[in-house]
Amino acid sequence: MSGGTIIETEGLGRDFRVREGMRRRTVVALDALDMRVEAGEAVGYIGANGAGKSTTIKMLCGILVPTRGRVVTCGLRPVPDRRRLAREIGVVFGQRSQLWWDLPTQESFRILAAVHGLSPEQERGRTAELVERLELGEFLTVPVRQLSLGQRMRAEVAAALLHSPRLLVLDEPTIGLDVLSKQRLREFLVAERREHGTTLLLTTHDMGDVERLCDRVLLVDRGALVYSGTLAGLSRTVGAERVMVLDLAEPVPPLEVAGTTHRGSEGGSEGRSLRQRLAFDPEATTAARVLAAVTEQLGDDNEVLDLAIEEPDVEDVVRRVYAARR
Amino acid sequence: MGDRTAVLAPYRAVLASRVRAQRSHRASFRLDLGSSMLVGVVELAEIAVLFLTVDRLGGLDLAAIVLVFGIADLSFSLADTVFGHCDNLPTYLKAGTLDVFYLRPQPLLAQLVTSDISLRRLARAFVGLVALVAGLVVNDVAWSLGNVALLVLAVLSGIATFSAMFVWAGGMQFFLVDGYEATNAFVYGGRYAATQPASVWGRPLVVVFGFFFPMAFTAYLPALTMLGLPGGDWLPGWLGWLAPVAAVWAWVLALAGWRIGVRHYQGGGG
Repeated sequence: MSGGTIIETEGLGRDFRVREGMRRRTVVALDALDMRVEAGEAVGYIGANGAGKSTTIKMLCGILVPTRGRVVTCGLRPVPDRRRLAREIGVVFGQRSQLWWDLPTQESFRILAAVHGLSPEQERGRTAELVERLELGEFLTVPVRQLSLGQRMRAEVAAALLHSPRLLVLDEPTIGLDVLSKQRLREFLVAERREHGTTLLLTTHDMGDVERLCDRVLLVDRGALVYSGTLAGLSRTVGAERVMVLDLAEPVPPLEVAGTTHRGSEGGSEGRSLRQRLAFDPEATTAARVLAAVTEQLGDDNEVLDLAIEEPDVEDVVRRVYAARR
Repeated sequence: MGDRTAVLAPYRAVLASRVRAQRSHRASFRLDLGSSMLVGVVELAEIAVLFLTVDRLGGLDLAAIVLVFGIADLSFSLADTVFGHCDNLPTYLKAGTLDVFYLRPQPLLAQLVTSDISLRRLARAFVGLVALVAGLVVNDVAWSLGNVALLVLAVLSGIATFSAMFVWAGGMQFFLVDGYEATNAFVYGGRYAATQPASVWGRPLVVVFGFFFPMAFTAYLPALTMLGLPGGDWLPGWLGWLAPVAAVWAWVLALAGWRIGVRHYQGGGG
């Protein structure tokens, strides 16, 4: 059972009944979701808050019973086969720890190894591998409650992967992490997938996560799938813009370059500034052309010291897709 | 055999870690033990104080009441040690940490029960045991085979019945946000009722704690049987032998309540 489909849903939906005073109202959290994730894929599951992402994940894991539709995870029906499914999936909920907060980190791994019925050899081998790859060695004996967020998140990921699941589900894994911690975690996930072929499903608001980790994105809006494909393709369909951030040697008034929109400036005074931001449509022009136009405008007395390209963030793309649909 | 150890290993690992954690904070653990014992002693004293003004309560004298108290408190404290933290369910529900249990290949209830153990409550059990021994001595209970069997049966059934109450209350938490105060009225009210002679209960109490939640069967009725006392028209003395039946009924109630609660949580109707 190495290949095949890992997640398959058909018309999957979930309603919640909420009470408002004396009246009861039905809220549709997920309307009718059709999605498919093949073994070995890395898929970003994105959408605004309240689009139904968490609800979907809970139904994939067997925590929630679907109101309608069908869901198969790792060839199992999540709710009736929950206990068997637990051996096949690893889940990290960004805000809920599965570690024992008052125990040293390694103790949590030991307990989880027993929970998943690993043999002593399996436990030793896998723990050593994860400790090395995620660089957990320095805080293995520290109680979980004393870990930094970055350390804790790495420990959470290790905990979810200890039993070598076929599917790893990450719910906002990098939220609140600093740049270095994010990078470490992403590098690890890439390596882990290369080594073990683990299927990955992740929800995130971080474009970097999707870019570095995912082959494909699924976008949900109002409880239904509205896009499935590459991230670049998604950005293209909504004409999301990239932003060029320029650091100049001398402050100048806001640059006016054809095919770009000025998106603010910092540093400097009297209407002149050192850092300027120009947004451009990657379909219409290229970064090189914009840079050439800027250099020409600056003349010989001034120059571009540094530049960065900001990719459209997930929020922005999502907003645009939503706006286009309404 | 290897199979059975493998099945129990997850629970043992969690429990062992809880025990180590509690013992690692020695000073606070001792303090917990002390306060826990004090509560038990105060409750026993409460009964003694009551008997300064009356000679008999519900047909029982002080000696008999101490026996009832001993059986009930020993059973309850032991149940509380193992099942008491089912009270924490609302916290797990609010923090969403219950979802983590769903990601592990063990039954939910078994995980909840073994997620903690309150060793400090053993201090209460000790008070109960002392009261029980004192009760047996002052009542001059004969060490007949029947009485020993009845005592063992009563304590075991009592533990099972009180444990069932905790599980039932846990199941109710799925419906009642912040509802543990309501269910505590039954769990701790039930414990209190169990240490009293059921013959002084009013009719509603008899219905609730005599039969629905079979608290009268945990201590009062077995004590009556042991002492050979009549228990009033509606509770004949031999009913004490039915303590295990009451325990089974309590567990039927508890598991049904738990199941309905979990169904509600997962939203599969119910």
